[in-house]
Amino acid sequence: MTTTEVPTLATVPPEARARAHPGVGSRIARTLTRAPIAIILAIVGVAWLIPTIGLLLTSLLVPQEIQRTGWWNAITEPGLLSLDNYREVLDNGAITSSLWTTVWISVGGTLLPILVGAMAAYAFAFLDFPFRDWLFIVVVGLLVVPIQMALIPIFSLYNDLGIFDTVLGLILFHTAFGLPFAIFLLRNFFVGIPRELLEAARIDGASEARIFVRVILPLGLPAIASLAIFQFLWTWNDLLIALTLGRETQPITVAIFSQLRQFGGNIEIIAPAAFISLVIPLAVFFAFQRYFVQGLLAGSVK
Amino acid sequence: MAGGGNIAAAPPVPRERRRGRLRERLVAGAFLLPAAILLGIWLVYPALNTVVRSFYDRSGDAFIGIDNYRTLFTSDPLLTAIRNNALWVAVVPALVTAIGLIFAVLTERIRWSVAFKVAVFMPMAISLFAAGVIWRVMYEKEPDRGALNATIGAVSDWVDPPGVLSSARASSPALAGGTGGGFALRDTVAPGGVALMGLTGIRASEVPDDARDAVRPRPEPGTVTGVVWRDFRPGGGRPGVVEAGESGLPGVTVELRRPGGARVADTRTASDGTFRFTNVADGDYRVAIGPKTFAEPFDGVNWLGQGLITPAVMMAYIWVWAGFAMVVIGAGLAAIPRDLLEAARTDGASEWQVFRKVTVPLLAPVLAVVFITMVINVLKVFDIVLSVAPASVQDDANVIALAMWRTAFGGTNDFGLGSAIAVFLFLLVIPVLALNVRRFRREQ
Repeated sequence: MTTTEVPTLATVPPEARARAHPGVGSRIARTLTRAPIAIILAIVGVAWLIPTIGLLLTSLLVPQEIQRTGWWNAITEPGLLSLDNYREVLDNGAITSSLWTTVWISVGGTLLPILVGAMAAYAFAFLDFPFRDWLFIVVVGLLVVPIQMALIPIFSLYNDLGIFDTVLGLILFHTAFGLPFAIFLLRNFFVGIPRELLEAARIDGASEARIFVRVILPLGLPAIASLAIFQFLWTWNDLLIALTLGRETQPITVAIFSQLRQFGGNIEIIAPAAFISLVIPLAVFFAFQRYFVQGLLAGSVK
Repeated sequence: MAGGGNIAAAPPVPRERRRGRLRERLVAGAFLLPAAILLGIWLVYPALNTVVRSFYDRSGDAFIGIDNYRTLFTSDPLLTAIRNNALWVAVVPALVTAIGLIFAVLTERIRWSVAFKVAVFMPMAISLFAAGVIWRVMYEKEPDRGALNATIGAVSDWVDPPGVLSSARASSPALAGGTGGGFALRDTVAPGGVALMGLTGIRASEVPDDARDAVRPRPEPGTVTGVVWRDFRPGGGRPGVVEAGESGLPGVTVELRRPGGARVADTRTASDGTFRFTNVADGDYRVAIGPKTFAEPFDGVNWLGQGLITPAVMMAYIWVWAGFAMVVIGAGLAAIPRDLLEAARTDGASEWQVFRKVTVPLLAPVLAVVFITMVINVLKVFDIVLSVAPASVQDDANVIALAMWRTAFGGTNDFGLGSAIAVFLFLLVIPVLALNVRRFRREQ
């Protein structure tokens, strides 16, 4: 992370800044030439939202209509909408317990890699030890190792250790596979922190652990926030790992998947469950959008 | 990790500093240990184990050399997966990068760019699996329920209005023909004559809403009049006779033809089913209902069928990732010095030339990052295929990552072959790994 300006979706195009005070005539001319672009983008932007709105309205259709009515009819006939499907899904023990499973996996799978990754990143950024740069390159290399490379041995290992089908097993897997990115992102941010701050703390007699907790973690907060959002979204949205290393321990994605696999497809369960599953990542995205974008720009390598 | 093996080789240093260095290494070791354990057990050991395992049979007892790899390149389902993944790599990264570039450039020209970016970027927060569910709903085949097919149906109806009826029969022998080529009256008609064209076998739902009771038109000199009606009423009625309670058929295309078949004129029926051809020259004519009147209603493109499933999954995937490309390229665009673009414009370059000759070359490194990231993502594509493609077409939609999972965990449980597929996938991303490492070392 070498940029100082925090990028967001709202970054003002410099062009707009440079031309803050154009004359009225040129403004009209430009509005006219830009109108086609604005119209096209408006259509595209709405089109991009339609699928998600479609799922939302489908999930809200009254149960007896969901198999035969198109969701768009609900726009003109609000009578077609009801919360019945949501009531049904939230009464469904399998779905609610899978939501909690998702929460535990995501919380553990976010906090643990941040802690472990930050410690390793601290060592890579501020401490001197042999083969440091080579080891870091190994970490960069591990970034692209596909999850598939680990599934079979870990499946056997978990069965031997007795942590197959447990939340702990899933958290540890997410942690390990989140670590290369965590170390990479945090180390690159940490090296930008002035070393004088550390030296001053060392001279004052602070231990490395204390410096890590009191100086580096607070200063590294922007990068940690980006990482937290990414890691949270990965663990929340995971299907592959939970599908392979769990059976009864089902996060929401797996629960929906097993509904999807049943013949006929229970759309009245799938649609509301899918919408519930994406409300939380969406809320996280809207709340922390700038950290999300920042992390994306810092580490678009994974 | 913080092995102290080369302390002896180091030049003599004061005891204090040597102690300090040892301490620092121990501290580093302590900080690195948890990560080292996790990466060792969950990444490095399994990866090596998978490579070894790929040379053993499904149970892991017998060493079978490269047999698993031979199977990988000879069995049909796996070859389909490889072919599909090749198609993914060929199509998707380029499209995502291009769309991202276009969006990034165009959003610089509107005032509400934030709203647009949020709309396009939003799917990035959703799981690929949920995105697949979203598109599964969009791709529903029946135009009554699938939004995409409903849209296509509406547009095609607008461009080329469909026939009003999908099925019909002649109600009496006076009329001959069928829905394929249209119907024609057996007897010719001269000006002043009346053409009665009764049809039955029409679905009640297809009688247009504006239809009124059929009326038998009066003969008029110099004019051919007639009526097209639904020759049926509850209780039966007499075939070939216009009776009270029988409905006219509006919107039907009626043609006036010479006995040889050449068309002279055409018209559409009114709401009571009547039509008239005025100023008709003397002679004999045939009156016919054109084939355009009849058309099967649009029954939807089969997006989730064998043929279109891979493009359908790709479209959903592009919907998710276009926002990523747009944002990363947009950030690159914001970093381009505006003076350069202004200078080019002042020199008389058109917007297109500025884009082609200045913007794109300056953005090349960013475009490369986006493209390469998408290549890796596409090689590993998995969840979205599983959620968009119904189980019945998963063989046709198969990709490498999905094939690996289905081979190892989806019922077959062949860990040997599964490992070989995983190794193959890993080999495919190694060039990217090398590229990453090189880029990283250059930056240092």
